[in-house]
Amino acid sequence: MSTLAISDLHVSIETDQGTKPILRGVDLAISSGETHAVMGPNGSGKSTLAYTIAGHPRYKVDSGSIRLDGQDVLAMTVDERARAGLFLAMQYPVEIPGVTVSNFLRTAKTAIDGTAPAIRGWVKDVRQSMEALRMDSTFAERNVNEGFSGGEKKRHEILQLELLKPRFAVLDETDSGLDVDALKIVSEGVNRAKESSDLGVLLITHYTRILRYIKPDFVHVFVAGRVAEEGGPELADRLEDEGYDRYVAAAAASA
Amino acid sequence: MADKPEIASLSTDAAHPARGDTIEEVTGTGTRPAIIADATSGHGYVPVQTRNARFSSTDVTAFPPVTGREATWKLTPIADLADLIDGELDGTRYEIAATTSGGAEITWVGRDDERIGTAGIPEDKAAANAWSSFREALLVRLTGEEPTGATIVRSGLGGIARGAHTIIDASRFSKGVVVLDNRGDAHLAENVEILVGDGADLTVVSLQDWADGAKHVANHFAQVGRDAHLKHVVVSFGGSVVRVNPSVTLAGSGADGDLLGVYFADAAQHLESQVFLFHKGDHTKGRVEYRGALQGEGAHTVWIGDVLIGPDATGTDSYEQNRNLVLSEGTRADSVPNLEIETGDIAGAGHASATGRFDDEQLFYLQARGIPEEIARRLVVRGFLSSIVQKIGVPELEVRLHEAIEAELEGSAS
Repeated sequence: MSTLAISDLHVSIETDQGTKPILRGVDLAISSGETHAVMGPNGSGKSTLAYTIAGHPRYKVDSGSIRLDGQDVLAMTVDERARAGLFLAMQYPVEIPGVTVSNFLRTAKTAIDGTAPAIRGWVKDVRQSMEALRMDSTFAERNVNEGFSGGEKKRHEILQLELLKPRFAVLDETDSGLDVDALKIVSEGVNRAKESSDLGVLLITHYTRILRYIKPDFVHVFVAGRVAEEGGPELADRLEDEGYDRYVAAAAASA
Repeated sequence: MADKPEIASLSTDAAHPARGDTIEEVTGTGTRPAIIADATSGHGYVPVQTRNARFSSTDVTAFPPVTGREATWKLTPIADLADLIDGELDGTRYEIAATTSGGAEITWVGRDDERIGTAGIPEDKAAANAWSSFREALLVRLTGEEPTGATIVRSGLGGIARGAHTIIDASRFSKGVVVLDNRGDAHLAENVEILVGDGADLTVVSLQDWADGAKHVANHFAQVGRDAHLKHVVVSFGGSVVRVNPSVTLAGSGADGDLLGVYFADAAQHLESQVFLFHKGDHTKGRVEYRGALQGEGAHTVWIGDVLIGPDATGTDSYEQNRNLVLSEGTRADSVPNLEIETGDIAGAGHASATGRFDDEQLFYLQARGIPEEIARRLVVRGFLSSIVQKIGVPELEVRLHEAIEAELEGSAS
């Protein structure tokens, strides 16, 4: 049983116009096996939260903490965080020209586990996960994300989630740009990862659509850089009906 | 003829090491007539001269002494090449180790061979010096329609200054791969003529895997016939000064040229390619892509890419690009793409050049999967160069080149 605890997190970025605060005191705790949905309008800081957890250098933590079972995540490098069991499925996965998917996956697995995976079992694992995600076998020999369609990129992110077996996964708008078939396939992959391990999931999304396939235990409404409301799955249904207007207006009034 | 010279020169100067990420990127595409006569001259407007209107001669004495101010020599350390440019060269036969397959033939022929001079004529003094000096030319002949191959290993050239001439003659409808595998020490000025017959499909790879002190100045001239395809690859890893300049004429209607290059310059190494692609025939297609990495004090690379779309080359599709990855301070990458278009009726033409540091987003992505920074950096460099290697299409050679890149990365890590 692990816990990822975010407390009073303030994060800013440098822009041409100077320092811009994005997160203004985020508190969030996720335990193993739980699925938390973070929902909010554009510009509310959802993706900033995702990238800050992963350690992207663009985001500057001004105060607050992120702890994984008490360990200071903010003191870790990007790769140390991944090896500690954190995973970020990116909204815009990056192309790595000249590096094949199979080489990349093996290199990542070796880095995470500390030893190279046994060839036979590994090849089988990769093949099975790819089949489950309806990925053609030629995928393994393509260069990472190069020329991938939007849906292929997202499946490739979930493939990594299944193979690298993190303790906590942050899914940053994994549903964006997916048609309903691709959304189902990707959601099944996340659910398989949850079943096969005690994965904790932080599911960041703009829409409630993906929550039909990945059931959240908790829903956090994110507005203007902080959590505006929290609740169970029923909160998502309410958002479906009412949208974010109520929160945005309240945030504007209090600003 | 156009009125607006467009000059693009990108470099990370040793005196002004680049601090940023991507230093500059130039991309262009369009059908607007544009002419760049001499982009290596940085002094405002230059006399308009079409790229194929340069002085040419096979006689070394017809060229004035090289001063280093010439467009073609401006970025080259000519003092290191003085004897190759106008010194005496040994033009006799040299030792080769050759393997052939599928009926490729390798022979030596005299200066009176009728093919000599049909692919191109020297435009610089070193090329003319080699031409004036060679006694016999090495001929590689590919015939028939079945796949053929020839690999010529030159590893025993030694330190003596040599002039050499090679002809690669791919007859109509032939299909083959010719590899010039250069190793060991060398002090070589040479010309390589490449004749690609109508409908032929030829790959030529010139691999400069020379020993540290080697000096090599080569000009490759290619004529590509109707509906023929030439894939021309320059791989430069070893040697102190290596300059391999391909000039490819897509002569026949529908001719297709892929001009690829990959290089890795270490400290004090000078690696250069001046690439000239001439779309002469109609509906020709050209793709030029050179990629290099630079690491260590005094590592210098030069890429000048000239594309000329002639007045008869209607329906042409052309794109050229050069990318350089700068791995340390104290390096210099010159990258100069030029495009001249003499017909308004083309399918497309563009060029791009970028010289920069690591893409931080690539590093982040790899690190976010647990891969330590140092391994991630190597993976990115390897991938950056491998994307050219993957296009060569000769599996055993790709394995060898991946190993060579690996060795360069090992060397640069120590």
